[in-house]
Amino acid sequence: MELTGITKRFPGVVANHDIHLTVRKGTVHALVGENGAGKSTLMKILYGMQKPDEGTIAVDGEHVVFSSPADAIARGIGMVHQHFMLADNLTVLENVVLGSEKLYGIGGAARRKIEEISDRYGLNVRPDVLVENLGVADRQRVEILKVLYRGARILILDEPTAVLVPQEVDALFANLRELKSEGLSVIFISHKLGEVLSVADDITVIRRGTTVGTAVPSETTPRRLAEMMVGSELPTPETAESTVTDRPVIRVDNLRLEAEGGRPVLDDISFTIHAGEVLGLAGVEGNGQTELIEALIGLKPADSGTITLGDQEITSWPTRKRREHGIGYIPEDRHRQGLLLEAPLWENRILGHVTERPNARGFWLDPKGAQEDTRRIVEEYDVRTPGIDVTAASLSGGNQQKLIVGREMSHRPKFLIAAHPTRGVDVGAQAQIWDRIREARREGLAVLLISADLDELIGLSDTLRVIYNGRLVADADPATITPEQLGSAMTGAVTGHLEHQEGSADSASESRKSESRKTESRKTESRKSESRKDETR
Amino acid sequence: MKKFDRERVLLAVAGPVIALVSAILLTSVVLIASGKNPFEPYRLMLQQAAYSDVQVLIINQASMYYLAALAVAIGFRMNLFNIGVDGQYRLAAMMTAVAGANLALPGFLQIPVLLIVAIGTGAVWAGIAGVLKVTRGVSEVVATIMLNAIATSLIGYLTLSDVWGVQVGNNMTTGIMHKSGWFPGIDLGPDVGEIYGLVFLAVLMGVAYWIVLNRTRFGFDLRATGASETAAAASGVDAKRMILTAMLISGGVAGLSGLPLLLGDAHTYSLSFPTGLGFTGITIALLGRNSPVGIAFAALLIAFLDKASPALDYATPVAYEKEIATIMQGLIVFAVVVSYEAVRQWGLRRQQKRVGAELAAELAHHASQKEVAA
Repeated sequence: MELTGITKRFPGVVANHDIHLTVRKGTVHALVGENGAGKSTLMKILYGMQKPDEGTIAVDGEHVVFSSPADAIARGIGMVHQHFMLADNLTVLENVVLGSEKLYGIGGAARRKIEEISDRYGLNVRPDVLVENLGVADRQRVEILKVLYRGARILILDEPTAVLVPQEVDALFANLRELKSEGLSVIFISHKLGEVLSVADDITVIRRGTTVGTAVPSETTPRRLAEMMVGSELPTPETAESTVTDRPVIRVDNLRLEAEGGRPVLDDISFTIHAGEVLGLAGVEGNGQTELIEALIGLKPADSGTITLGDQEITSWPTRKRREHGIGYIPEDRHRQGLLLEAPLWENRILGHVTERPNARGFWLDPKGAQEDTRRIVEEYDVRTPGIDVTAASLSGGNQQKLIVGREMSHRPKFLIAAHPTRGVDVGAQAQIWDRIREARREGLAVLLISADLDELIGLSDTLRVIYNGRLVADADPATITPEQLGSAMTGAVTGHLEHQEGSADSASESRKSESRKTESRKTESRKSESRKDETR
Repeated sequence: MKKFDRERVLLAVAGPVIALVSAILLTSVVLIASGKNPFEPYRLMLQQAAYSDVQVLIINQASMYYLAALAVAIGFRMNLFNIGVDGQYRLAAMMTAVAGANLALPGFLQIPVLLIVAIGTGAVWAGIAGVLKVTRGVSEVVATIMLNAIATSLIGYLTLSDVWGVQVGNNMTTGIMHKSGWFPGIDLGPDVGEIYGLVFLAVLMGVAYWIVLNRTRFGFDLRATGASETAAAASGVDAKRMILTAMLISGGVAGLSGLPLLLGDAHTYSLSFPTGLGFTGITIALLGRNSPVGIAFAALLIAFLDKASPALDYATPVAYEKEIATIMQGLIVFAVVVSYEAVRQWGLRRQQKRVGAELAAELAHHASQKEVAA
């Protein structure tokens, strides 16, 4: 498969510009780039969901034009989406045949075909299980099988490891090797450089919508790849001096939260964050972080335990009261929780702080005050917008995030919940957001930082905790910890206080294994880990 | 920033205009298909609108439509679909009529009391659906439809002559209300008719609706909930309380929508009291995009179709079926839903494009700066 000079323009931006990509038969080709670099657009073009404005696509030397995913499938191109497209209440068999009933029917022939594919590639898929009973990794294999069932020879995998734990990642990579040994090609989209290096045969780096280079795993390092991705000296999130005081701002004691049916999603969570302290919470996504945020902001009532803000117990307070009393919130999903996408910026300025000045005077809204203050935020936080009357949806992700950060900081919170504050944000905005958090921390803000970017966590935090399966299983000192160690704690392999063990026997293999976690950091690596890696090589 | 304002006006007008034009064209297609002149009925109806007695009828009818549509719009603004406006206003009008017939206070007390009875009845009836939704998760659509049917039966029972009903000829009424509860209108002479006094209540409610939605904290919470439930919850809106409050207000306003006629002209609730205001209100709220001004235009338009169409039956030399107006109303609903969604998406994309374009120069400038920095 070969792409030449692909260009795609979207309103106001060029999403892809002069992309060149050649995928050889029987290889895994990794496509790496920052969030927002244009990977998804390229992938949509490959899969026929969007048409390129310029450039050509050739499959097996033959020029093709896709006007819909159906065309792409007919050409043997299949896609495994990041968010699975499966019907929970159907069996695996039903999910696989759904929409392709014509291929092998819906009965015995289909089942035999599924079993045959499953055996051939070692997918280990059982056709009669309900999808709702499957774990994430199994679902992903069903998705892969679905694509193969439709006769795909080229598979596109969009961030396939984002939802997997390391063992599952290894299993997935084993599957991918099976696939390529059978002559299939895989396009593997990721920004986790360690994984890319371990599985790919070729790497193409994409930055600001264009391909900036190719690499062969044996001849490159994560750091060099990262620099190609970012295109400049990597910024570091490190904070200089400690500003931690002994004044507790938020205290959580034995917090427990149950899912329906009594299964705990959070159990025995206790921590204290002091004024001027950033507590970093590391963990693979889906281990209770979302629930913890919701319990702290008041969206989910705690089943037991207490939350204390300053010297007031707030466990039973509603969300609004908590926010009025100084809990700031940078949500993990800004489109769902942080913005009214179709409302103008100044109304978004009001969101979450409707009872507070300058947005309201008593019962009445104060649009003038809110508008003026929005102008100030746009100015101070460098939100790139032609004005405050445009809708939030028309801003880029980074600018939306700067607006949210500006809004939350403007109310001088005592305690800030910052969930993935720089996710999907460009490097420039990222540095600004870090600066803001540091600045507020100096003035006595307590921050709970939740991030998948381990370097961000280590660099910004004063204290680190690891959440696994709804429990805080480990703690660490960010001054001495390495991303590798943190990564292994996130899988539940290590608990308790994490010490930095210089030159321990298994550190070499350990470091390689957990590289995948570490490189979630698309940013920087500490000097220390860099030198360790060189030793490994 | 002016240019974005102009943009917004353009977008606001584009939807209804496209909808109306396509509804008219489709109606013409229907006329052609049935072998009629495709344009003559419009001319005949417009001719009607020039008569001042028809104008009075239109204004009076529009005031009731307006109130009903406001009630629907309050729900719409937070994604609640109050289909029960119909039952709410009929029950409220009946209760008000009963109160008016049995209470004899001086006018300055009687009328406020009657208004409160109407608001209270509507609110309670809608509140049942609200409580069911908040406590048991029952869809308000289902609950309010059911409550419409229950209201019909309840009214039938309450107007029995051994309950509160008074039989007048073949008609069951609730008895004539005391004169102190009659709301004076503007008499334009015997040939023209009288504009209901409560037309001004409709105007006032429209102003109040705008103020509450756009200038109060409550209104912001309501709109935020409608725009994104998750974002509203994270910003501290108590969803359950919001649903209940919105249902109560919607029902209260619905309760008022029968009153212009009741206090202005009918002075009793009887079998001939108009039904279906609530459903027409849904059309009008949709067409008026939930905006107080838009709803006013939409209410006048639908009232015009209502009041100008009967003349079609008696037109000479060729008569047309007055149901053409009904067909047109139906087509308007279809066209509105399609065209508004299309215009909304087009507008969003267009704005993204413009914002992108405005930033492009700056971005290029910035990128070169970054390059230098690097």
